[in-house]
This record gives sequence, structure tokens and C-alpha cells, in this order.
Amino acid sequence: MPRVVITGMGVISALGLTREAFWQSLVAGRCGIRAIASDDFQQIRFKHAADVQGFVPEDFLCAKDITLMDRFAQFAVVTAREAVAQSGLEWTPALREGCAIITGSCIGGRSAEEQGYRELYIHKRNRVHPLTIPLSMANAATSHISMQFGIVGPSYTISTACASSAHAIGQAFHMVRSGVVPMALAGGTEAPLYFGNLKAWEAMRVISKDTCRPFSADRSGLVLGEGAAMLVLEPLEVALARGARPIAEIVGFGMTADAGHITQPSPEGPARAMRLALRDAGLAPEQIGYINAHGTATEANDRTETAAIRLVFAAHADRLAVSSTKSMHGHTLGAAGALEAAASAMSLEQGILPPTANYTLPDPACDLDFVPNTARHQQVEACLSNSFAFGGLNAVLALRRLN
Amino acid sequence: MSDSIQDRVLKIIANTRRLPLESVRPDSSFEELGVDSLDRLNILFDLESEFDIEIDDEEAKKVQNIPEMIAGVTHLVEAKSQASPEN
Repeated sequence: MPRVVITGMGVISALGLTREAFWQSLVAGRCGIRAIASDDFQQIRFKHAADVQGFVPEDFLCAKDITLMDRFAQFAVVTAREAVAQSGLEWTPALREGCAIITGSCIGGRSAEEQGYRELYIHKRNRVHPLTIPLSMANAATSHISMQFGIVGPSYTISTACASSAHAIGQAFHMVRSGVVPMALAGGTEAPLYFGNLKAWEAMRVISKDTCRPFSADRSGLVLGEGAAMLVLEPLEVALARGARPIAEIVGFGMTADAGHITQPSPEGPARAMRLALRDAGLAPEQIGYINAHGTATEANDRTETAAIRLVFAAHADRLAVSSTKSMHGHTLGAAGALEAAASAMSLEQGILPPTANYTLPDPACDLDFVPNTARHQQVEACLSNSFAFGGLNAVLALRRLN
Repeated sequence: MSDSIQDRVLKIIANTRRLPLESVRPDSSFEELGVDSLDRLNILFDLESEFDIEIDDEEAKKVQNIPEMIAGVTHLVEAKSQASPEN
């Protein structure tokens, strides 16, 4: 089986509009969460989000395309372009024919749907915008990427809540490794900061009253974020032959279901997913030096994830660095796994582990090394990126450093 | 409006768990009634509708038992009636 490497990445997040801005903020421990002053937020009990600032669609897309894309699809196309540009890939007819595009989105373009509902129920109009369906469908991100590049291979979208894009990348990794496709574009995108969705999260009572403090005793919940990340995956030998500079290798993918509760996580499902990712990678637990945690900063997640890591790693858990970059880019739902896979890949490449920002007080139930507040210069051989969804659907990626 | 706050709270808990009303008493624990985290959300949501109040997330997290829930609702209902004296 060919080894599969990441040769390009694009990221848009609350930390900036590029991969480089994302990484520099992570290394600096800079938090992209802020109080939002919009009219919508005046009517919401929580005030903080990790929104993407300064994204002007006209800077990236032509007018005709903009009208056909909801914000989440715009993020997808722009990050896919950045990823392809970094990879240095030259499109050939064979690559366009074979390349897979797999994106993850939980909410997709439902803000366009909400706009339609406002017309119907508030403005009492008897019609909605004719593009409501193509704007809102979650697969629009994949479709627009395929049209941008003329890619006609296997293309689809996965929706597993907060694990969507980890499932997407894992699936793409397996397809490239098995030779089903010659390369893949995979990642996730989300733009969930619209009124109806904010209200729905408010009702869940899991949103922080201030900022996101994963694993910290005084955490008060997650903070929603928006953004996207796309990765170019291809066989190592092909990448090297064309002179590309791979960022990191994807070596394993594990996925499980809890079959427990629709929102309460259990340690066993995540633990099994981590074990399966290690087995798929052919890695011993002791080879893992870092885990980019799911780390939402809800009590349920943080305690369950800590317990799951202890189940898998036993004594080695005390020698692992674990951090949640959601403390800086927020919880981007369907895009989270992709942002965090990108962070994981860069941490291996650069030899720097991003911190858990906003960490203040140790929680006795979360007793791991969470790399509090300051990035750490440490070269690890391999890492895991954890994604655990509402509904008990778990996806874990294993990545390894390239020498 | 003839029911007391306590009766109305117990009724909401019973409805959420689909239990006979008589099985929910002030000294019942949430555990023995099988109230999980999502049931709590539903109960809070119904309490807000029933009493036209807003229950703060952090305050809600502190509630350990039914008397504390009744006390919390009573406090919010009283605060509301003081804020709007025409009631």
C-alpha cells in the first residue's frame, strides 16, 4: 500500500484567512474568540464566538460564483485553492478524472434556508429565493470545488456533526492508500453563526459565558466558530517524484460509534476509535507524543476524553502532550476535524505543539499535560487528532512526521 | 393558575419523563426519576415557557434536586413580578 502524505493545506478561521495566519496564531497562543456586537447576538444569552473576520468574497471569487455560494461553500473553494497552490500540483486529465473530493459539513448552508424562512414567516411573503436549495445543500462545498478545478472523480459530503471532516479526511486517506483514487482533496467547512442556529445552541446550554477553556476547572462550555480547512492527499512516492514537499504523513484512521446516548459521550467509543487508528497506522501507543484533543470545553467531553485517553495509553498518558486548539479557533463543528488535522500536521512538520489557550485552573478529573497557554517546542514522532460527534460517532486520525 | 409553583414544576418533570404525576414528589431524586442531561434541558425549556422566565445556564447547573429547582423558579417568578408591578 502506498504511504499517503499531505502536500497542501488551506485554512480559513477566526485566526485569519490563510494557513500561515492560522499556524502563527496557534504558535502564539492567540485566541480568535471575541464578543460579537451584532443584532443577532443581542438576542442570545451567550455573547462570544470565533467568527472569521475580514473575509470579502470579492477578493477571492467572481461575482457570478459568489451569488451561487453560501458562506460555507465560499470558504471551501478558497481553502481548496490555497491547498492546491501549496501542493504545487499540475492538473492532468487523469488526475481530474480520478481525484476524490470529500468534504465534511454539519450545518452546511442552512443559513440560506433560514433567510427563506424569514421571508415566509416574518415578512409574510409567499416565496423564497430560487437558489435556496442549491445554496443550502451541504454537498454544495464539494460541488463547487469540483467545478472550480474541473475534477470529475468520486465526490461527496459526509455529515457526522462535529466529526464530519475527520470522517471525510479518514475516508479520503483510505481511498488514496488503497489505490481507489490517485489523490484526494478532503476537509471540512462550516458557517454556523446565524440566528436560528445560535438560538438552537443556546437552548442546548453548552455554550461558554466567556471564552473557551478546555480541560480547565473553570470552563463553562464550548464557543462556536466558523471556518474551513482543505487538504491535498497523495501517495508519498508520487509527491516526491514531482518535487512536492510533503507536510506530514497520514498513517491511520479509526472510527466507532458509542451506541449510547444522543448527546452524552462515553469513554469506550472514543477509546476504541483511538485504538483502531493506532492499529491502522501500525503504531504502538508509546510512539504517540501528542494528541490534538476534541477538547470542546464542555464538562462531559473533557472528562470523558481524558478518561478515554487513559484507557488507551495507560501509563504513557502521563508522557503525552494533549492540547485543544478549539481554545483558539472555536468549535467549527463540521470543519473542526479538518482544522485540527491541519494543526496536527503543522505541529509535526514544525516541531511545535500548539497550546490549550485560556487555561486557568487544573480540574482533578482532567489530569493530563494540556500544554497550558504557551506553545511548546517539541518534536514528536506521531500524533492523533480526535473528533467525537454528538450522536456518539467517533473519528480519529493518526499522523506521522516525515524525515 | 390555581396550582402552586411546586405542583407546576412537578407536572413538568412528570411530563418530560412521561411518568404518572403521582410518582414525582419533591423528595424524588433526579437519578431515581431517570432524568438525564437532555431531560434536564427539556425540563428547563418547559419551565421557562410555563413561568415566562429565563433560567441562566450557570444557575441551572447548580440545581441538584427538586426543592432547589422549585426554589430557583420561585425566585425568578418573584423577581419578575417585582420588575413589573402592574402584575
